[in-house]
Amino acid sequence: MNATAIPGPTRPLRERGQHEVFCGLTSIVWLHRKMQDAFFLVVGSRTCAHLMQSAAGVMIFAEPRFATAVMEERDLAGMADMHDELDGVVKRLLDRRPDIRLLVLVGSCPSEVIKLDLGRAAQRLSTSHGPSVRFLHYSGSGIETTFTQGEDNFLSALAHDLPQEPADAEPSLIVAGALADVVEDQFRRILKALGISRVSFLPPRRSTELPAVGPNTRVILAQPWLGESAKLLASRGAQILSAPFPLGEEGTTAWLKAIADAFGVQSGRFEAITEPGRRRARKAVAARRSELEGRRLFFFPDSQAEPSIARFLYREAGVIPVEIGSPYLHRHHMAPEFALLPDDVFVSEGQDVDNQLDRCRAARPDLAICGMGLANPLEAEGIATKWSIELVFTPIQGYEQAGDLAELFVRPLARRAQLKMGA
Amino acid sequence: MQLTVWTYEGPPHVGAMRIAASMEGLHYVLHAPQGDTYADLLFTMIERRDTRPPVTYTTFQARDLGKDTAEIFKTACARAVERFKPEAIIVGASCTAELIQDDPGGLAATLGLDIPVIPLELPSYQKKENWGASETFYRLVRAFAPAPDRPRQMRRAGQRTCNILGPCALGFRHRDDIVEVRRLLEELGVGINLVAPLGARPSDLPRLADADFNIVLYPEIAQVAADWLKRSHGQPFLSVPPIGVGATDKFIRSVAEMAGIDTSVQHPPELRLPWYSRSIDSTYLSGKRVFIFGDATHAIAAARIARDELAFEVCGLGTYSREFARELRAEAHEQGVEPLITDDHLVVEDAIIAAQPELVLGTQMERHVAKRLRVPCAVISAPVHVQDFPARYSPQMGREGANVIFDSWVHPLMMGLEEHLLGMFREDFEFNDEQHPSHLANAGAASKRVQHPAEHELIVLAQTLSWDGEAEKELKKIPFFVRGKARRNTERYAAERGLITITLETLYDAKAHFSR
Repeated sequence: MNATAIPGPTRPLRERGQHEVFCGLTSIVWLHRKMQDAFFLVVGSRTCAHLMQSAAGVMIFAEPRFATAVMEERDLAGMADMHDELDGVVKRLLDRRPDIRLLVLVGSCPSEVIKLDLGRAAQRLSTSHGPSVRFLHYSGSGIETTFTQGEDNFLSALAHDLPQEPADAEPSLIVAGALADVVEDQFRRILKALGISRVSFLPPRRSTELPAVGPNTRVILAQPWLGESAKLLASRGAQILSAPFPLGEEGTTAWLKAIADAFGVQSGRFEAITEPGRRRARKAVAARRSELEGRRLFFFPDSQAEPSIARFLYREAGVIPVEIGSPYLHRHHMAPEFALLPDDVFVSEGQDVDNQLDRCRAARPDLAICGMGLANPLEAEGIATKWSIELVFTPIQGYEQAGDLAELFVRPLARRAQLKMGA
Repeated sequence: MQLTVWTYEGPPHVGAMRIAASMEGLHYVLHAPQGDTYADLLFTMIERRDTRPPVTYTTFQARDLGKDTAEIFKTACARAVERFKPEAIIVGASCTAELIQDDPGGLAATLGLDIPVIPLELPSYQKKENWGASETFYRLVRAFAPAPDRPRQMRRAGQRTCNILGPCALGFRHRDDIVEVRRLLEELGVGINLVAPLGARPSDLPRLADADFNIVLYPEIAQVAADWLKRSHGQPFLSVPPIGVGATDKFIRSVAEMAGIDTSVQHPPELRLPWYSRSIDSTYLSGKRVFIFGDATHAIAAARIARDELAFEVCGLGTYSREFARELRAEAHEQGVEPLITDDHLVVEDAIIAAQPELVLGTQMERHVAKRLRVPCAVISAPVHVQDFPARYSPQMGREGANVIFDSWVHPLMMGLEEHLLGMFREDFEFNDEQHPSHLANAGAASKRVQHPAEHELIVLAQTLSWDGEAEKELKKIPFFVRGKARRNTERYAAERGLITITLETLYDAKAHFSR
């Protein structure tokens, strides 16, 4: 393959074949923990219910915070009015769980294909159950969303409902994207030290703590998969700040810098406040660098965070990205990341899993970052893997987690080196 | 529409997938939207397989709808056959593809493939996983072992062989049950002609006809196929799953009778359940109220073991297997309880609350209810999760199965007793971590004592070091199982540097310092 044919960030390889990815419903697995007073009701089929419990059912729930309204033959045959049926299901649910404050109706492939209007249902249910319970709806269907895009749609739905901030309000900041609580607290502290105190996070920890949005609101994305949410917040007048994502020392600094600049923080102050964190992050990553430097990594598409993680590992740990696969590339939001990656880095968007596996086998990477449908089979073929979903479930953003993020990639390599059992 | 918190079975195409994944040389082309590949994880994660399941999904998306989903299916089908070179393929639709009505069977037929194509009609909005598995297996048996012109004659007594039908991928302990059942048949001297679907190839299936009779280990999967083999090949079958001491005895007698051999049922010394259950340590098990729910096969077997072999009192019995409701009703009647036939988890939850059991024997789903009610629980049936695909030999069937059952059902009761005792001493200085169940807190407290350096060192630290409020709060956010280590490291770091107050900065400085 000559240099001009290598699919770089501007010319990604696009393939249409089997996509080995999750649908957006999976986002419920972390969203239900982030927003503790919310309940996610999927309107779908037994397949949807089975997906949810296969993903989350290994945890034992005394009080589950998600469920599925499973459509049945008589719903599809028109023998039952779907909206009446849904009302019945919601009533049964709220009778059992009076503590629910926000009920989120989540669309699925079957409900989208038959065009069940969940927007109308949410509106109607708000009238009959409000104001103690709010209703929202979004689509997490596989035909429309891949994995983390479910969160994007949920945040869009939340953003649509945010209160309007008056035009003369003090400048404020919304950090968009579900972050681990500890990461959120760290960012809040740094921003406060920078003199930025009107800060809110979307999604908030409770449905009653939604921030207001208006023309003086700045929005920074903490996660790369929020294309729709950003668009919606912009349509509400907010200014979207552009930055690499806060992974590693470099990413976190650039991300904070974009905020600091937007709020007119003086550079001396910025340096003084961020220096300790930067120093610690560098130190923590440096400790893992020897394990990672020169390693060749192959990213299968999963969450859209692949370019950001590849950038961190390339710039700060010296890894060589062999292929960066992403389910979807948002050109604009990813531009700051690709500016930090080599021009000829091999990028693929979408997937044909069999072809991609062929490329992976041919490349024999030191580590393949992939979903759990591929991980054990690749391990059995002798290719070390890092299962990618963990990158969504682990606190990895910010200075204090930079070392932990690098560690996630060291661990499978170190484990392989340590295990001595022949075979 | 049904409110489904937990579902006992997946959709029928997952059942078909289990058959495909059980066999060799069979590929499944499934018309399904993007995301339905989650089902691969059932095999690669829950069952921990080292290969991808033999399933190709079309993974269509919204932008494909209304134009070329049929073309996508044909392409996927042709490419799968070319790449994987299976002996045969099964083709079908998932629930969403069923709505768009592309007819996978018809489309596959137009491709002119030179291997058998078995189309599956699995109504996703009516039927479920086990039905899907049963139907798929039946279709395969019909296709590859067609009815002969006239039924074959049974071999002479003593020379008869059998097929074992039912074991399959993602089955609860099928891997080990089959080892145990093979052992029982070997002892009897009955030859095994073929085990299917687990480990069989499509090209093996015609050999099903060579056996004299069939043994159905899991009726949910194989009863329909066995019925058909009986009708069209004249092969009788027995369906006595050998789960429990009594059922194993009955199984041995039934097999011997069908094989035409004499046998006397023995209890070899490695069968320990009878003695363990008679020994005085088990006296406190008497009359324990137990609620049983699962697939029909395992629930009925469990009810008999509970009453006849452990002297429990069955206070509730139910199944989600509607196809075997009659059998379960009969058993419930015999045990004097109301049968519960439902696939609604909330109804099961209500029934458990009403029955007030001391032990729940159920599925992964009953563990949720049991946790909420703080009732001990053991898993006896699918659906199960990764911990119920253990590395160790853990059959449910045969003699070793009975031993395994004794241990696994009694274990949570002991734990329950321990928990009660620990609960009584909640104010105890050693067992006072309020966030965790007391038996975990106990482990935490014990390890804290062990892990801490000498006591006098701690006192010194306590005098000179203090945590400021913010740092202390931050520390609490660290998961409990590593919190102790984080605290110790931070204090050591501060002490070495002569710091008096531990701030957030110190906490994270220490984290970075010890990060290697």
